[in-house]
Amino acid sequence: MAIVSLSKKSCSVNPLKMSQPIGGALAFMGMANCMPVLHGSQGCTAFGLVLFVRHFREAIPLQTTAMNEVTTIMGGMDNIEQALLNIYKRAKPEIIGLCTTGLTETRGEDIHGDLKLIRKRNPELSDLPIVFVDTPDFKDAFQDGWAKAVTRIIEELVEKTTDTIPSQVNLLAGSHLTAADIEEIVETIEAFGLSPIVLPDISGSLDGHIPDQFSPTTIGGTTIDEVRSMGGSIATLAIGQQMERAALELEMRTGVSYAVFDRLTGLEANDRFLMHLSNLSGKPVPHKYRRQRSQLVDAMLDGHFFFGGKKVAIGAEPDLLWALGSLMAEMGCEIAAAVTTTHSPLLEKMPCAGVLIGDLEDLEMRAKGCDLLITHSHGRQAAERLGIPLFRAGLPCFDRLGANHRLSVGYRGTRDLTFQVGNLFLEHTHEGAPDSWPLPEALDEVIDDKNGHEHAAQAQTV
Amino acid sequence: MAGLNIKVQEVFNEPGCDKNQAKGEKERKKGCTKQLVPGAAAGGCAFDGAKIALQPITDVAHIVHGPIACEGNGWDNRGAKSSGPLLYRTGFTTDISENDIVYGGEKRLYRAIREVIEKYDPPAVFVYQTCVTALIGDEIEAVCKAAREKFGKPVIPIDAPGFVGSKNLGNKLAGEALLDYVIGTQEPETTTPYDINIIGEYNLAGEMWQIKPLLDHLGIRVLASITGDARYHEVASSHRARAAMMVCSKAMINVARKMEERYGIPYFEGSFYGISDTSDALRQIAKLLVQRGAPEELLSRTEILIRREEARAWERLNIYRKRFAGKRVLLITGGVKSWSVVSALQEVGLEIVGTSVKKSTEEDKERVKELMGGDAHMFDDLPPREMYKMLKEARADIMLSGGRSQFVALKARMPWLDINQERHHAYAGYEGMVTLVQEIDRALYNPIWAQVRKEAPWQS
Repeated sequence: MAIVSLSKKSCSVNPLKMSQPIGGALAFMGMANCMPVLHGSQGCTAFGLVLFVRHFREAIPLQTTAMNEVTTIMGGMDNIEQALLNIYKRAKPEIIGLCTTGLTETRGEDIHGDLKLIRKRNPELSDLPIVFVDTPDFKDAFQDGWAKAVTRIIEELVEKTTDTIPSQVNLLAGSHLTAADIEEIVETIEAFGLSPIVLPDISGSLDGHIPDQFSPTTIGGTTIDEVRSMGGSIATLAIGQQMERAALELEMRTGVSYAVFDRLTGLEANDRFLMHLSNLSGKPVPHKYRRQRSQLVDAMLDGHFFFGGKKVAIGAEPDLLWALGSLMAEMGCEIAAAVTTTHSPLLEKMPCAGVLIGDLEDLEMRAKGCDLLITHSHGRQAAERLGIPLFRAGLPCFDRLGANHRLSVGYRGTRDLTFQVGNLFLEHTHEGAPDSWPLPEALDEVIDDKNGHEHAAQAQTV
Repeated sequence: MAGLNIKVQEVFNEPGCDKNQAKGEKERKKGCTKQLVPGAAAGGCAFDGAKIALQPITDVAHIVHGPIACEGNGWDNRGAKSSGPLLYRTGFTTDISENDIVYGGEKRLYRAIREVIEKYDPPAVFVYQTCVTALIGDEIEAVCKAAREKFGKPVIPIDAPGFVGSKNLGNKLAGEALLDYVIGTQEPETTTPYDINIIGEYNLAGEMWQIKPLLDHLGIRVLASITGDARYHEVASSHRARAAMMVCSKAMINVARKMEERYGIPYFEGSFYGISDTSDALRQIAKLLVQRGAPEELLSRTEILIRREEARAWERLNIYRKRFAGKRVLLITGGVKSWSVVSALQEVGLEIVGTSVKKSTEEDKERVKELMGGDAHMFDDLPPREMYKMLKEARADIMLSGGRSQFVALKARMPWLDINQERHHAYAGYEGMVTLVQEIDRALYNPIWAQVRKEAPWQS
């Protein structure tokens, strides 16, 4: 049980948080043939684009309405219209995702009304789904933007149906999952004879594959038809607490009931997930997962020596913080510092004394005396100053290869994560040296006094 | 905001820029950047440009006044290196909330400045305006003035909110802030007849350190680098230099020209990319210093150094002539770099099959035309789809460009080399040219190309 507090500083130092609109944009990047657009100045897009290029090492489709001083004052509808028409003509996407920014939200625009008018004036856009989402930069954080965008996709595209597709389930993937995580979860669901529709699916678009031809839009992801058919699924699985709102929206629209799995990292967390899949499908847990579970148990036994009593400082968005923090605590670590970006019901459940909504300076100050720092790549300076190892987790990870292929869910993912972190502890073991175990000072003097002047030492100790 | 509008107009009317002066009165008012097209725009905003230009001042605390996007999404993401202080790599932002939007963010900014000064005690604080705080009417100049008086430290407002224009405009507005608030406010401990400023060089990947040994050898002191690996004090006392070199095209031409006007520091425009450009730059620096009273023997010492270093570079470059025979390069870069790199690559036997001249001036374009024989291979704007086609059809063997287009080449399974800001290698001076050529060779002859282009056996 943790006490949740907010940083009281006026100046955020070394931000942990990233902004909502780019969280929304990344969710749209999990849609096939999509072009996300930020409704703001071109810099809003440029910063997000560079961030994603460095993390994913992929071409990133992300456009801008290129607002300037004048259009900001006069209203951005013309810019939205031009942007939509230009994108429609040049990139030919099947869907456009439009996220607002701090700039356009400060002015306050009626995007809903604007879009209606734009569609009326430009009949060529009538068949093109355009999903807009309100994501002011000055509120909430990256994972909130992601969750809002997914909710809006469901609101705009999912249809109610009475035709149930027997083996189909919906998988709502949180922003903390990598392409490898999504692939692992999909494989697990399929092993029970179920076929999942993943929304959004960045394992299709940003997994780093080579497409056959050039595309200015996303090169994979959830198709519109798939989203439309989600109403026919037998159940929804929401991975990450952040996805509950979208799951609820889906249930209210279609009647498909949902279950939230706030994490899939850890032994018991995966036990629950597999039992749920077994109940849903009416099939027993396949043999390979029994084997993988056994491997994870063995990994925990082998690893616990190195985790026990270690002090760990973690900075991550709520869902990732929960997944990693819970595992560390389960392995015997003490979570000495936990810093996050935004509110979540998970925070007070964290297995530590307190969780701070703050920045990496807060984390660095609280991490003094810790054995390990866990956060995204921006923690590299702090780790260096603290002289402790950094385990990179979350976005952005710009100074390591394969960020989107790191697996940390399922029995297998938990096993590998345990090995990776355990190896960091092993590598940084404090080894004994001749002066590691000095006696208290007073006794030193007795030993130094080799010539038998014990009374002098005695006088000191009295 | 009114003050900012005047500044923007002033910056657009740049007598030092030939391209600008060739325009009519009305056209000049529109500025030197093309109107952005919604839905088809790429590139950073004015705030981005201002930050890029000033952040290399390593001992300053750079505070971004705005919502989290402006700093949170992009901090510590550039390769400007420091030989000492690391404070410039710390991200500071007021991270304004909904309440600040309603009640104004000035008090939060003031408190932020106080927190930073108390905790980090920097020689100066730079405060960057952003779109949202400009829109709600936060007067950063007034806050900075109050903080300056209260804390007795330079607190400098950088008024370049993103929505006023492009990155290039931001570079210039950053330069204006240096002219208005920094340059000429302190005195150097000593001066010598060999003191120069280098303007518009950001020490990306440590490029200044490829140049400095050459200058050191000649006894030339860089009084201030504006702004690569700079300290606040150096920039503040840079008005005592005897001459200046302006690097990087027109990004900071206003600083060079106004320093000439105000302090009589003559400047020239030069480049450290390519062998002949580096030699020219050294010659020009020596010439200007001698004109300003440095002993004439500097000229002959410079020539001796040039001869020795050119020979040393060519000795290492000539090995590649044979390996580069028949190899074709697609060069996508901006501004002055085009022709200086074109000539350098041609010198080692590479064929340039295309180059972008998007950011180049007419004069630059003429030089490219001259070098490449006609303008058939100059692109104003080469869409990614076209780049991909050129590479896929093997009309080029390698593409040199910025990070944005790297995946166009890689997805076409063709070699690519980063020559923009995010690059990890330093390409300046004689040493840099040798590195560039080595890197091109490494990319072209990496053994992976044969394997990655092969189809899977079950596909044939």
